[in-house]
Amino acid sequence: MTGEEYVAAAYAIVFVFVLVYVATIAAKLVRLQRDTAELLELARRREQA
Amino acid sequence: MSSAFSWIRALPALAALSAGLMGLALLFSFFIAPEDGDQGISQRIFYIHVPIALTAYFCFGLGAWKALLLLWRGEERHDLESYVAIHQGTIFGSLTLITGAIWAKASWGVWWSWDSNQLVLFLTLFLFYCAYFMLRFSLPEGPRRARSSAVYALFGVALIPVSFLAIRLAEDFVHPTTFTRDGPQMTGTMFTAFCVSWAAVTLLAYVLYRVELVGKRLHTDLRELREALE
Amino acid sequence: MSYLADVAALTRKDLRVELRAQDTLPAMLLFVFSTLVVFHFALPEGTGEDAAYGLLWVAIVFTALLGLARAWVPEQEHGVFDALVLAPCDRSAIWVGKTLATLAFLLAAQVVALPAFALFFAPLDAVALVGVLLADIGICAVGSLLAAMAAAGRARELLLPLLLLPLASPLIVGGVGAAISTEPGRYLLLLALYDGIFAVLSWASFEYVVTES
Repeated sequence: MTGEEYVAAAYAIVFVFVLVYVATIAAKLVRLQRDTAELLELARRREQA
Repeated sequence: MSSAFSWIRALPALAALSAGLMGLALLFSFFIAPEDGDQGISQRIFYIHVPIALTAYFCFGLGAWKALLLLWRGEERHDLESYVAIHQGTIFGSLTLITGAIWAKASWGVWWSWDSNQLVLFLTLFLFYCAYFMLRFSLPEGPRRARSSAVYALFGVALIPVSFLAIRLAEDFVHPTTFTRDGPQMTGTMFTAFCVSWAAVTLLAYVLYRVELVGKRLHTDLRELREALE
Repeated sequence: MSYLADVAALTRKDLRVELRAQDTLPAMLLFVFSTLVVFHFALPEGTGEDAAYGLLWVAIVFTALLGLARAWVPEQEHGVFDALVLAPCDRSAIWVGKTLATLAFLLAAQVVALPAFALFFAPLDAVALVGVLLADIGICAVGSLLAAMAAAGRARELLLPLLLLPLASPLIVGGVGAAISTEPGRYLLLLALYDGIFAVLSWASFEYVVTES
């Protein structure tokens, strides 16, 4: 591997780490959205009762 | 008590600033800073590797500061803040080791060198903080876990200067020391590039830390809400 | 002076318990000897003395781990831990007592093991021995605290080595350096500094680790 390829690899890995982070945040958002939906359902049931 | 939400309005602005600084840092690192005479183009890894290493230390320091606040003031929120900071620190720590290995391969031809004390001692600190998670996962949730984690986090920070002393005491000829006691051994433009890069990576880490905290606090709040409704 | 009296009482208690039960010290002794035998097989023909010093330090650390793993067990087995914490003494005195007791066991094991090492592997001069002593203090100081942390959770035998080994690495650097280097003063200074910093930290933070509020 040439010098340029090493530099590219190093910066690319940093980029990939940040993207993986975005992916984990996305997964967390999905979970939060599901939790909120369940709680909304619970609140609605309470209001009706 | 989710005091993180008072900061939340500042978060998108901080994230945008981080993106802008990172762009500037990349511009400096690749186009403005001159090429190094000795190492050639692979020296440019320095502009991302060293800031990431320093940021890892910064995160561990932040974690230790929050830990100290927990022990001193007893406010529960500091436990989560400390945990998230140390989590960030280990992520940046692993990035340090990876980018460092790439730089090592580019400059010295090997992925790792046991001869370099600086490498080995960073690895030690990294392992220390990995064990932090082992400690946390083996203790049941509660004040005991929070306090033990806090004390452990503080020990890690105390380990840093002792480790550095061990580096300086034992001779180190392999790992390049760019910052000697005489000051930075590089030209003005290179130093600027380095500083911009350092600011960018530190801010990125802080933004990620805040984002993580918001997520975790939301989760706790929802759990409390669930208990109130059921 | 009642602080010192408390420490003395606690240390005496641990030593007495060990003298009667005799499970920790014999195990440590046997372990360190078995390890030395393993070294003989592990070190290939013609390796220099330096490798032997390195392995010595591995043996010391693992023997210490063995002792430390059992350090808080008497308290836990008989439910004495909570009673100790409630006792009208400064909690940090509990730490000092435990550290001194563990140090005593480690030194006792080494008094036998080190001459054996010097006889069969490589000589140990006064500087190396000072290094061993300083490192012992450091290992026992942080080890007692970490063992107390680990004791509250599950898989505590697994957890203690994970917690101790990274923290103890400057001690190994110092100890091996003191034995090998031509300028051992710096390494002894490192060991002394480590002991100073971490003993004070452990002493101050023990209270927080064992109490809930």
